[in-house]
Amino acid sequence: MSSATKDNFKSFNIDLWKYDGQKGALIPLLQSAQDTYGYISEKAIDYISHVTGIASADIYGVVTFYAQFRTKPLGKYVVKVCNGTACHVNGAKMISDTIIDELNIDYEETSEDHNFSMLSVACVGCCSLAPVVVVNDETYGRLTAPKLRKILRQYKQRAKKEQQSSEGQA
Amino acid sequence: MKTVKVGLGTCGISAGGEKVYQAFQDELKEHPDAFVLKETGCIGMCYREVLVEVSNGSGTGYTYGEVTPDRVGRIVEDDLLGHQAIDEWIVGGDTEEGYFENQKRIVLRNCGVIDPGSIDEYIASGGYEALKKTLTEMTPEDVITEVETSGLRGRGGGGFPTGTKWKFTRGAKGDKKYIICNADEGDPGAFMDRSILEGDPSAVLEGMAIAGYAVGADEAYVYCRAEYPKAIARLRQAIAQAKKKGFLGDKIFGSDFSFNIKIKEGAGAFVCGEETALIHSIEGLRGMPRFRPPFPAQSGLWGKPTNINNVETFANVPWIILNGGSAYAAFGTENSKGTKVFAMAGKIRRSGLVEVPMGISINDIIFDICGGIIDDKRFKAVQMGGPSGGCIPAEMCDTKIDYQQINKTGAIMGSGGLVVMDETTCMVDVAKFFLTFTQSESCGKCTFCRIGTKRMLEILERICDGQGTMEDLANLEELSNQIIEASLCGLGQTAPNPVLTTLKYFRHEYEAHIKEKKCPAHVCPALLTYTINDDCTGCTVCAKACPTDAITGEKKELHVVHQDKCIKCGKCFTVCRFDAVVKD
Ligand SMILES: Cc1cc2nc3c(=O)[nH]c(=O)nc-3n(C[C@H](O)[C@H](O)[C@H](O)COP(=O)(O)O)c2cc1C
Ligand code: SF4
Ligand code: SF4
Ligand code: FES
Ligand code: FES
Repeated sequence: MSSATKDNFKSFNIDLWKYDGQKGALIPLLQSAQDTYGYISEKAIDYISHVTGIASADIYGVVTFYAQFRTKPLGKYVVKVCNGTACHVNGAKMISDTIIDELNIDYEETSEDHNFSMLSVACVGCCSLAPVVVVNDETYGRLTAPKLRKILRQYKQRAKKEQQSSEGQA
Repeated sequence: MKTVKVGLGTCGISAGGEKVYQAFQDELKEHPDAFVLKETGCIGMCYREVLVEVSNGSGTGYTYGEVTPDRVGRIVEDDLLGHQAIDEWIVGGDTEEGYFENQKRIVLRNCGVIDPGSIDEYIASGGYEALKKTLTEMTPEDVITEVETSGLRGRGGGGFPTGTKWKFTRGAKGDKKYIICNADEGDPGAFMDRSILEGDPSAVLEGMAIAGYAVGADEAYVYCRAEYPKAIARLRQAIAQAKKKGFLGDKIFGSDFSFNIKIKEGAGAFVCGEETALIHSIEGLRGMPRFRPPFPAQSGLWGKPTNINNVETFANVPWIILNGGSAYAAFGTENSKGTKVFAMAGKIRRSGLVEVPMGISINDIIFDICGGIIDDKRFKAVQMGGPSGGCIPAEMCDTKIDYQQINKTGAIMGSGGLVVMDETTCMVDVAKFFLTFTQSESCGKCTFCRIGTKRMLEILERICDGQGTMEDLANLEELSNQIIEASLCGLGQTAPNPVLTTLKYFRHEYEAHIKEKKCPAHVCPALLTYTINDDCTGCTVCAKACPTDAITGEKKELHVVHQDKCIKCGKCFTVCRFDAVVKD
């Protein structure tokens, strides 16, 4: 079995299908929906409600309570600014100012071309590298404004190239 | 043959550890017999990442710091093939003087030593011996007595005696009981629990199983934040391996004791670290705290007696069982026994993880172990206990690591985040930072926690903007007291601590913001003045960046900031490449 097909078995539909009334399953199901689609759509909430019998309104209440869940899709590159204590005292504000300036988006926003989203996270566990930014799964530490600008511009170029090549295919 | 271990804790990976590992793997293809390649967790010296340990067959070794993929070639060439260690890359000796000598590693005994993905290495270092001893030689009462003797107190922040808690849960009536490990690690400046889970997950599982036997529980959950994917993967792996070996599951070590552990991923709410909120979250509800009593020991998960402890608390347990409670109690002070792990961060030279015997002073940790302040700046304060804790000024850092002594300062021991601040840190800004955090994390159930923290935050924002009045300080104190009294859970009850301690020890900084409209640490943007000095080359970059055209000057000539137009956005400061823009 290739790893790709293996991953499919972890998808939201299968998790829903496997649901057999066990207690406390709502949050894992929501996590699975978000893992599969990148966000929690109204449709996903409807499905979960249908299968578990929990009212949509109650599910919605849980979704909005937890910071992890989002009801809108994120951009292709998610820029997470660490706002933990160490990063704060080491200049996280300068980091977010630079991103706002370079990408034209603020916290919790996604750029119009859907290439970038900016989020705030608390301590990502490498305070010795503060200030820290995580782009998708890549961590960048000991940042200065010029260093960060350079990194962001590389991502912009990458996004542009990817867009061009996908348009070329179409 | 030599063994090469690459530190792949979270900070090791962030610093490029996986690329270093890959580089060694590539070398291994060319020289298959040159060395054995392994990975390990957090070694503690996060400030020298990427760390690579080289050891020979007999177990003695040394560690290279700041290894990059480019350096791997020479390590293989000179050291592993040529048997000539590269002294200038080795950490330890003079540069790290005092770092290891002043620590005592009980919780971190295996972190950075064993491969956390291999249960065999855990077993080889004495792993699951304690569970075996528990199940074959001890009664549940014996176990509880041993833990009581050790004097171990909960490391999640509250400091409740662990043995007593276990006794309550054991004594509670119920056909079914649960163990929960709290791995929510909500303090935004702390990473002890994460490093333990990533570096030695089996020790936590073994501690949980021992607790299960002691209180009479056969089912358990680890509630781990979803932001810790590596820790979760390590836990899953360690659980699967332990089941295969028969250390978890049914009839462990031939006894009648069965124990199963499941993982629940948290969904990102600080308040879910509070035990009753955490239980609600496992039940699939909104993670709101409820009034106690009843305590979880009486009525917890699904209404059953539940014993909940922190990661570090559990990680201590196997050592205590094997070495005896009195060996543990030999470390520390009258009412604070054993060791404590701290995540050192901020303006400190050697940031990372340290474990110290209770009773040493905060100064000892900062100067003897962690090498003092970066760039020899003036040490101002430490923050302990995160959003629930407080700031201790430098003058009081001869305070001992001891629950009572630290409480006396107005801070708390907390879970182990220790953030060091120097003259460039603004204490009003720090108070505002923590309050911003607690305000947004308040679950909203209690009016005072919800609205009161918001009012306080507004006041702090005003002060940082230079709009504060002296009355505001009195109002902050009054609001603090109301929130402390009228909040249901620890979040609200402790949220004012960062404000109260800074008001107590750094009132002059608040007053400077209010009366002189100055931020002594040059942090609060609205209170800064931007000017341009002689280093200006006239490159015009700042003038172009300025949103209000407050900067004028001809090309290649000195530029000037017109204060009447300047909105203090700081853009000129960040864009200038010649350090010519000065903020004061
Ligand atoms: C707002 C709030 C957040 C908390 N966060 C944590 C946490 O992240 N980790 C933790 O172990 N305990 C946390 N606690 C403490 C727990 O409620 C509980 O006391 C602890 O898990 C008990 O374990 P211990 O006795 O081993 O410390 C928190 C408490 C409050 C009020
Ligand atoms: S004190 Fe705050 S966080 Fe705690 S229950 Fe009340 S509103 Fe919620
Ligand atoms: S701080 Fe902002 S507004 Fe003031 S001079 Fe610099 S760029 Fe212009
Ligand atoms: S505070 Fe940013 S990594 Fe810890
Ligand atoms: S994570 Fe690498 S030494 Fe701490």
